[in-house]
Amino acid sequence: MSASWRRKLESLFIPFGALVASLVLFGVFCGLSGANPLAVYGAIWRAGFGQWSTFQNTLIRAAPLMLSGLCTALPARLGLVIIGNEGALVIGGLAAVATGLTLGTSVPPLMVQVGMAIAGMIAGGIWIGAAGWLRHYRAVNETISSLLLNYIAIALLNHLVGGPMKDPSSLNKPSTFPLADVNMLSSIPGTRVHWGLLYGVIACVIAYFLIQRTTFGFSARVAGGNIRAARVAGLPVGKLTVIVCFLAGSCAGLAGMVEVAAVQGVANESLNVGYGYGGIMVAFAAHHNPLAAILISLLVGGILASGGTLQRSFALPDATVLVFEGLVFLVVLFSDSLYGKLPFFKEKPTITSSPSPPPSPGQEPVVTG
Amino acid sequence: MATEALGWWGVPLAIAAGTMRGGTPFLFVSLGECLTEKSGKINLGLEGTLLMGAMSAYGVSYLTGSPWFGVLAAGLSGAVLGAIHGWLSQQPRVNDVAVGIAMIIFGSGLAFFLGKPFIQPSATQLPTINLASSGMAPAVQAALQISPLFLLGLAIAPLMQWFFRSTRWGLFIRAVGDSPEAARAMGVSIFKVRMLSIMAGSFLAGIGGAALSLYYPGVWTERISSGQGLMAVALVIFARWNPMACLWASLLFGGAQSLGPALQSVGIREGYYLFNAAPYILTLFIMVVTCSPRRSLVGAPGALGTDSQGRA
Repeated sequence: MSASWRRKLESLFIPFGALVASLVLFGVFCGLSGANPLAVYGAIWRAGFGQWSTFQNTLIRAAPLMLSGLCTALPARLGLVIIGNEGALVIGGLAAVATGLTLGTSVPPLMVQVGMAIAGMIAGGIWIGAAGWLRHYRAVNETISSLLLNYIAIALLNHLVGGPMKDPSSLNKPSTFPLADVNMLSSIPGTRVHWGLLYGVIACVIAYFLIQRTTFGFSARVAGGNIRAARVAGLPVGKLTVIVCFLAGSCAGLAGMVEVAAVQGVANESLNVGYGYGGIMVAFAAHHNPLAAILISLLVGGILASGGTLQRSFALPDATVLVFEGLVFLVVLFSDSLYGKLPFFKEKPTITSSPSPPPSPGQEPVVTG
Repeated sequence: MATEALGWWGVPLAIAAGTMRGGTPFLFVSLGECLTEKSGKINLGLEGTLLMGAMSAYGVSYLTGSPWFGVLAAGLSGAVLGAIHGWLSQQPRVNDVAVGIAMIIFGSGLAFFLGKPFIQPSATQLPTINLASSGMAPAVQAALQISPLFLLGLAIAPLMQWFFRSTRWGLFIRAVGDSPEAARAMGVSIFKVRMLSIMAGSFLAGIGGAALSLYYPGVWTERISSGQGLMAVALVIFARWNPMACLWASLLFGGAQSLGPALQSVGIREGYYLFNAAPYILTLFIMVVTCSPRRSLVGAPGALGTDSQGRA
C-alpha cells in the first residue's frame, strides 16, 4: 500500500517541484535585471490566470498549443519524434484560407467553416503523414524530415503570400486577401474566446480515448513499444505509422485553420509565431498524454499572455516570456530524470525478503593483495 | 544592389560573393553540429546558440570597440549554452531533441532579452581583407572583400577532418559516437567526451553567430538568423558527418541563399522564396534517395539518436 501512495505523491511532487524551481530561477533572472521577482509573479498571475477577463487571453493562446501539441504527442506513442508542427500548422492555415476565399459567400458560413477546417486538417495531415510514410517505407529519419518540411512550408507560405495569393493592399506585411467577416469563427457566447478552444479540448479528449481505450491505440502503443513484437503479432505497422502521423498532422493543420479563421483573418507570416515549437514542448512536458497537454497548454498560454503586462509594468523586454517559457521547459525536462531518484519517494525495501544466499563455492569474492 | 551596373554579369559575381558571405555562418554552425553529432548526440538548440552568439558578439564589440573580443564572447556564450545542453541531454529519460527545442526557446529568448539595448547602436565590424585592386569596378571590389572569419572556417574544416582521423581525442569522440560500449571498455568517460564535444561544437556555432552580426549582414536584429542553426542538422546529414563535406555543403547552401537576391537584382522576382527553400528540398530529396529500410546512412555515427546513457 505505502508503495503506491509514495509513487502517486512522487508523480505529483516532481511536476509541481519543477514548476516552483523554474519560478525561483526566473525570479533570480528578474532580480538580476532589476525587477522585483514577487511583483513579477503577481503580474504574471493577474495577467494570465487571476481574473476571468485576462484568463480569456490565456484560453485564446492555449487553443492552438493543444492542437499543435497533439502533432508531437500522437506519433510519440509510436516511438516517433515529430517536430514538424510549425509546417503542418502553416500548411493547414494556407489550405484553410484558400478554401475560405474560394467558397467566399456563395454558400452558408457554417459550410465554409467546415470546409476550411477539413481543408486545413487534410493539408496538415498529408504534410506529417508524408514524414511518417518516409519513415516507414524509406527509413528517412522523421525528426529531420519533419524539420525540413517546416522550412519548405514556410517558404511556400512566403511565396504564395508574396505572389500568387497576395492582396495588393497589404503593403507592409504581405498577406492574402482577408476572409469574409461572416466566415470567421465566432466567439463562445459571453466570452472573447473563439470556438477554436473547444476544437482543441475535443481533439485532446478524442486523442486520449483513441490511444488509451481503443484497439487502434493499443496497436499503436505496441508498435511503439516493440516494433518486432508488433510485426510478429501481425500488426500493420506501416499503415499505423502513416495513419497516426496523418491524424497528428491534421491536428496541427486544424490549429492553423483556427489561427486564420478566428484570430488573423488572413494568412501571413504571423502564422509561424512559435505555436509550433511551443506545441512540441507541451507534448514533451505532458509526457505525450493528450489530457495533460490541455493543462500544460493552459499554463504556457498564461505565460505567453502575460508578455504585454511585463513589458508595460516592469519595462522588461517582451522576450522575457520566452526566457520564462524556456526555463520552465528546461526544468520540466530535467525533472523527468528525477523519478525514482529522490530518497523520500523510494520504496522501502521489504524486510521479509529472504537473506541473500551464501556464496556458493568458487564464487567467493577474490581478494587480491 | 551594386550588381545593377554590371547587368547580367553581376549575377555570378553576386552569387560568388553571397556564397562566401552567406556560407560563413553555415560553415561554423555545421562544423559545430558535426563535432556534436560525431559524439552521438544531436543539438537542435544551435539556433538559440547562433542568436546568442550574434548578440554577444555585437554587444561586446560595441562596448569594447574590439570586434575580436566580440568573436571570443560569442564563442564563450555558445559554450555556456552548450554546457547546459550537454549536461541536461545526458540525464536519464531526457530526450536530446526536446532539450534542443527548449534551448532554442531559452537561447533566443535570452538573446532578445539581453540584446534589446544593442538594436540601435552600431558596433565596430570585423575588418575584411580586400583582394581587389583599386582599378576594378566598385561591385567587383565589394564582392572580393573576404572576411577573416571565412578564412578561419576554411582552416578549421580540414583541421577537424585531421583531428577525427589522426588524433587520439578524435578517436575517442568517434568511439563514443559509434559504439559507446567499446568506448567504455577503453576506459573513456562517455559523459565527459560528449560534454566537451557539445561545448566545443556550441563554441563554433557561437562564432557562426558572430559572423552574422559582425560580418554579414552586420547588424543585430531579432530576425538576423533565418533558421541557419536548425538547418545545420540537415546540412550535417547532407555532408555525411564529414567536416570537409560540411565546407562544400555550407558553400552550396550559402550560394543557394544568394541565388534569390542575385536574380532579384536583375529583375527576376518570381520564386524568390522558393529559391530560399532550395537547400531544404535538396536535402530532403537526397535523404529520400539515399536512405533505405535495409541499411542506415553511410557515415552516420552508430549511437546517434539512441538513448545510450553513459555515466562511466
